[in-house]
Amino acid sequence: MKEPKQLSVSAIQNGTVIDHIPARSLFKVIQILGLDHIDNQITFGTNLESKKLGKKAIIKISDKFFEDEDINRIALVAPQAKLNIIRDYEVVEKKVVEVPDTITGIARCMNPKCITNHEMIKTRFRVISRKNVALKCMYCEKITSQENLQII
Amino acid sequence: MKNKSLVSIDDLSTDEILSILDLAEEFEKEPDRTLLSGKVIATLFFEPSTRTRLSFESAVSRLGGRILGFADAATSSVSKGETLKDTIKTISNYCDLIVMRHPLEGSARYASEISKVPVINAGDGANQHPTQTLLDLYSIRKTQGKLDNLNVFFVGDLKYGRTVHSLMMAMARWKTTFNFISPEELKMPEEYKMYLDNIGLKYYEHTDFTDIISKADIIYMTRVQRERFSDPIEYEKVKNIYVLRNSMLQNTKPNLKILHPLPRVNEIHVDVDENPKAYYFEQTLNGVYVRQAILCSILGVI
Repeated sequence: MKEPKQLSVSAIQNGTVIDHIPARSLFKVIQILGLDHIDNQITFGTNLESKKLGKKAIIKISDKFFEDEDINRIALVAPQAKLNIIRDYEVVEKKVVEVPDTITGIARCMNPKCITNHEMIKTRFRVISRKNVALKCMYCEKITSQENLQII
Repeated sequence: MKNKSLVSIDDLSTDEILSILDLAEEFEKEPDRTLLSGKVIATLFFEPSTRTRLSFESAVSRLGGRILGFADAATSSVSKGETLKDTIKTISNYCDLIVMRHPLEGSARYASEISKVPVINAGDGANQHPTQTLLDLYSIRKTQGKLDNLNVFFVGDLKYGRTVHSLMMAMARWKTTFNFISPEELKMPEEYKMYLDNIGLKYYEHTDFTDIISKADIIYMTRVQRERFSDPIEYEKVKNIYVLRNSMLQNTKPNLKILHPLPRVNEIHVDVDENPKAYYFEQTLNGVYVRQAILCSILGVI
């Protein structure tokens, strides 16, 4: 018997769907986008089957449309994320995230002697490698690589 | 450069570097001037450094400026738990320029962002010490008559030495050939070698400190410190290898000069001091002229 095809997370009428989030990064994405502080209806699913990612997560946010600048902030934790912009149940636009040139206030500098780890300072990095993300601290000039990346 | 902070040598264009060196030449001819009269310079040393602090204070004094500050964090409000931000915000009300040394990396960049007056970085942890780099460049140009196409040897601790990294990156602007002589544990880090590869400059790495120095125009010595070694036996093995002795200088080039950021412990034997190729004490004197040039450029009095 053929199983009925159904969506794991129910469709939204208007808003943004963020798909292909690595399951382990779901809560980081929520945090970076500040989804834990908004009043919009949000549904999410996690540990969903994905050929590309193994386990993926998906977030659907009703009546919310992001600026590119905002959405690119999640590139550090979900570089393969894809966005579907939904209007009246139809996908009207698809977007991919792009690692921006600079990253402000998301990641922690891995250098324990960096001033940003000692005073209340918003971290700032220049992205020096996009493929395997590498960030150069604009303060101490040390490089934080993907494997040492910690999201604040 | 007027009103701009000096945090990292990379902040300066090649033209800006050369104009500081040219200006330093003028101060060498005539160091005592009243260019900074009426100016107040704060020297904030959150970590002690005799040489750098006194060199800056000498530079300011010779130009008729006044100095306030502290030589040690213990005698400042930091000992009461004040943040760097509050210290800088307060002191920038009292002076025209801040010279700062701080043990944390990136502290100088941060200070320059919150200060009302320009900040000169006199060393932020293991990160940057641009005035040292400028005085090294001045010493090289003065003794060699040029900066381009020189063969520069760095000896000793090339892994942690901040002066080595900054000078290497700066000299890379002038088609330098580099030779790196160090124990395995203290080799030049990959990121710097990658940089040289990318811009197509030649470098050679050695663990032996031998006759190869006969090709050198400049030998830049640094100290191999015991605390850098995880294995004390490894340190014992190498501690006497990276010591420069007068007898080693016999077949070297006549124009060779030996530089060292100082303080020296034993990595240059005292028998080298009388050799005309020893240049490390003159190097520190050059520091005063270079700092005079930097102070005057930033304060816009020249």
